Amino acid sequence: MTDRELKIQEKKAAQPGDESTKNETFFAPHVDIYETDREVAVIADMPGVTVDGIELSLEDNILTLQGLRAPQQHTGRLILEEYESGHYLRRFTVAETIDQEKIEASLADGVLTVRLPKAVPAQPRKIEVKIG
Amino acid sequence: MAFIRFTERPAFRNPWAEFERIRQGLDELSRSYVEKGKGPNRANVYPALNIYEEADRLLITAELPGVKAADLDLSIEGETLTIQGKRDRRQNESGASYHRREIESGSFSRAIALPIKVETEQVGAKLTNGILTITLLKASAVTPRQIKVSAE
Repeated sequence: MTDRELKIQEKKAAQPGDESTKNETFFAPHVDIYETDREVAVIADMPGVTVDGIELSLEDNILTLQGLRAPQQHTGRLILEEYESGHYLRRFTVAETIDQEKIEASLADGVLTVRLPKAVPAQPRKIEVKIG
Repeated sequence: MAFIRFTERPAFRNPWAEFERIRQGLDELSRSYVEKGKGPNRANVYPALNIYEEADRLLITAELPGVKAADLDLSIEGETLTIQGKRDRRQNESGASYHRREIESGSFSRAIALPIKVETEQVGAKLTNGILTITLLKASAVTPRQIKVSAE
């Protein structure tokens, strides 16, 4: 499927919870989310973010992906601007039960991959009733 | 028979009123775009580029998440810079069901005319964390040169 031409996808602004004092822009990264028997995987495009800038959390079934970018160091005059850069932020409600301890995340080429292993359902246990 | 002078006509009688209203609307629209700041020009071809001009060089940056350096092909010919590459589809795991599919894969090719002459022999490019930065040194003819003023 590599014959397909890539198109420009519009960057959508994301709203952090409260208004920030700093005038910073957050964008919602484009994501792929898929589910297998064992896990839920989230793949997010976050170009420009280093490992230090990534913050992940899973609280009350809300998965938060946040990528903070270091400020731009280009000093020159901007003569063409076709994209804006900013931080990344996106939240999802995860319906599945996730094993919090085993969440893994990796970052490569500006793409963040988060693997959320599903919690193994508790084995049904028979409770014996003793006659006493 | 009452004569009404053209200028005294009520506004609703003005056959051009509707056009006038549209024109004002368009004016407002264009003004709001201008006031929004010089927001990014919409690019039509992937990838979107930013170009910075420094005293002696041009910096071109592009966001290319998921593109490997090996899959990227840059060439410069005269004043035309061509960026080509592809983004591979990730390995699909068997039995995976997709909840969301927003990331696209495919190939891209973009040629841009450089605004100024550059040294085609000295082009630097690096790809870090999905950001491509191309450094082009300006040709010596267009680099600002210090001219010494000597006092006599």
